[in-house]
Amino acid sequence: MNQMTLIPITQIPEPAFKERARQALNDDQLRRNFRIAMDSLMTKRLAVMSDTDERERLREMGNHVRARALSKLPDLLEKLEDNLTRNGIHVHWAETVDEANAIVESIAKAHQAKRLIKGKSMVSEEMNMNHVLGEHGIECLESDMGEYIIQLAGQKPSHIIMPAIHMNAGQVASLFTKTLGTEYTTDVDELIQTGRRVLRQKFFEADIGISGVNFAIAETGTLLLVENEGNGRMSTAVPPVHIAVTGIEKVVENLRDVVPLLSLLTRSALGQPITTYVNMISSPRKSNELDGPQEVHLVLLDNGRSQAFADGELRQTLNCIRCGACMNHCPVYTRIGGHAYGTVYPGPIGKIISPHLLGLENTPDHPSASSLCGACEEVCPVKIPIPSLLRRLREENVKSPEAVPYRLRGQGSKFSSKERMAWKVWSKLYASPTLYRSFVYLATRFRSFTPGKAGPWTEHHVAQKPAARSLHELAREHLEESQ
Amino acid sequence: MSELFYNAAPNATRAAPPIPKQRQYPTHKPQHVYLFGTCVVDLFYPQAGMDSIRLLEREGITVHFPQGQSCCGQPAYTSGYTNEAREVARVQLALFRQNWPLVVASGSCAGMIRHHYHELFKDEPVTLRLVDTLAERTYELAEFLLNVCKVNLQDQGAPLKVALHTSCSARREMNTHLHGRALLAQLKGVQRVEHDHESECCGFGGTFSVRMPDISGAMVADKIRALQESGAAQLVTADCGCLMNINGALEKQKAVLRGQHLASFIWQRTGGTQ
Repeated sequence: MNQMTLIPITQIPEPAFKERARQALNDDQLRRNFRIAMDSLMTKRLAVMSDTDERERLREMGNHVRARALSKLPDLLEKLEDNLTRNGIHVHWAETVDEANAIVESIAKAHQAKRLIKGKSMVSEEMNMNHVLGEHGIECLESDMGEYIIQLAGQKPSHIIMPAIHMNAGQVASLFTKTLGTEYTTDVDELIQTGRRVLRQKFFEADIGISGVNFAIAETGTLLLVENEGNGRMSTAVPPVHIAVTGIEKVVENLRDVVPLLSLLTRSALGQPITTYVNMISSPRKSNELDGPQEVHLVLLDNGRSQAFADGELRQTLNCIRCGACMNHCPVYTRIGGHAYGTVYPGPIGKIISPHLLGLENTPDHPSASSLCGACEEVCPVKIPIPSLLRRLREENVKSPEAVPYRLRGQGSKFSSKERMAWKVWSKLYASPTLYRSFVYLATRFRSFTPGKAGPWTEHHVAQKPAARSLHELAREHLEESQ
Repeated sequence: MSELFYNAAPNATRAAPPIPKQRQYPTHKPQHVYLFGTCVVDLFYPQAGMDSIRLLEREGITVHFPQGQSCCGQPAYTSGYTNEAREVARVQLALFRQNWPLVVASGSCAGMIRHHYHELFKDEPVTLRLVDTLAERTYELAEFLLNVCKVNLQDQGAPLKVALHTSCSARREMNTHLHGRALLAQLKGVQRVEHDHESECCGFGGTFSVRMPDISGAMVADKIRALQESGAAQLVTADCGCLMNINGALEKQKAVLRGQHLASFIWQRTGGTQ
């Protein structure tokens, strides 16, 4: 893998993660917006998944379906390509985001397309598609309400399902007034109607529709897309050309597999038994049909996923069906919001997928930004052991950059010989009963010398003073007396 | 497609382990148990360890405290220093050879031994046998008192409102929140009050609290606010990592509320003397 596989470096914003997190923590409005939104999402999920047994069985099934698909990923991708091609859908392969953007651009050029309209797609965010195509004079307009709002605001999504979740109605109202010249109102329905009116016309003016894919079904050559606003159907059905972009891991074996995954996805994401729209796209417009695009393309993007795929443990990262439940339940995400991560995918899933997409050198703090509380793993519909994977990434991150085998790009980005030495000393001390007891003896006897300031700990806590006598001493005395 | 894709190891896919069955507990109270005190209790909260010993002894059990013990290895393990963690864990493994239950005065350390040692020693088949038999007889203290000793607690204290905080790994790996609630419910004068976002992490997370002090600090500040608003006069927890975090922050804020280890709380409420 070379430098070209990086997302354009402009996407990794300065300042570094910790500083962005600090700024977010000091933004009371942002914290309130996220807390309220995440609380509501957690409640909604629980309401449709209240039967523990059923939920756990469904999650197990979801995990098995994903694991089976990944176990034969190369074959399934080939099968998918064959069946899509047979159905008249053009399949393109892209190892990097640059390749993916070049493919979309060349299709656009072939049709002299100037205006693209896009349903929601996180892979297109990965590609930074709006910006890259914009530089080539191709306008890319977001049609998902949340995406539209943040496009107007010149921002990036702060959540993979609800991209504008960091804003409240008042903030959206001000934005609309400023950019669209509409009258200020905080009535959410009215705001949505304003957006829809503007967008409605755009669907008919667009030369190409862009979408993501939720599940690519190998057996039938079908692209499945869920959405609630109808913009996905409009984007994929109205313009003469439809280009779908997705990651190589989105493939599932057959239609039967979609049943549990779909149920898990919509319930975990928004607490919906099913989305308002479920689109299944199997071909371009046929000769006897009145509507639909004349041309359909699928771009399958790798962008570092192969690195996760190559490792048995980290491969589980690719189970993800992008429901966002991990972020909704994450105490860190709830407090710092999505933008602080600086990556396309924020939250727990972002912390385990971004190192593959961008390299650990560009995400050095992400694996550490977790208390490993396990709330994410508990709710993950496909049972990704996120805390274990974070721990593994930490291990790769503190290794020497030269250590072999070299498995992850950016390995050793947090390597510090001083810190490694400190843990070695710790290990020697705690693995030697005699040394350990001497250490504890000294620590308890010299407890009054405990420094009042102990690095970052004493920013929020008083210094922790050892007890006068250790449990080792007290227990020995006590047990000798009583036995 | 990248080279890595085609070079990926065959059969490298992992499926999630089966849904765990409910734990089966021994029908008889054992005569002997080991106590694993944990490093935080040893150095900072030895009374919690002593009260654990007393509670077990009151049940007629002989408690053994191998003096060679130090730490389960969790701090190094979660920081990514796997080899360093393994060497510390190896020393602990050698201490509990008799087929007696291992009772741990902290849920996350119990979880480390019961659930993570297997991964830590996965490449050592011989050690792994020892690991698995130890994991099988490892209990968190509250769990052991409730389900193995089947304690019947006689509360002697005045009416008191308490809040219960459970460490995340204790909750998710050992069900300690349920065991703690059941034990507190036996205490007649104690009213357990819920606090806002009770299941949410207190922000400790071992080295997380010093690596990400801002985020961790925001989390503990929210936890403290929720505890104070709950109307509880006291906080009880079965995990000294969280206790160190919450009490340390409470003291920094000069708050009145304090937390206490569940073992000490129960011991004092049921007429135990120091």
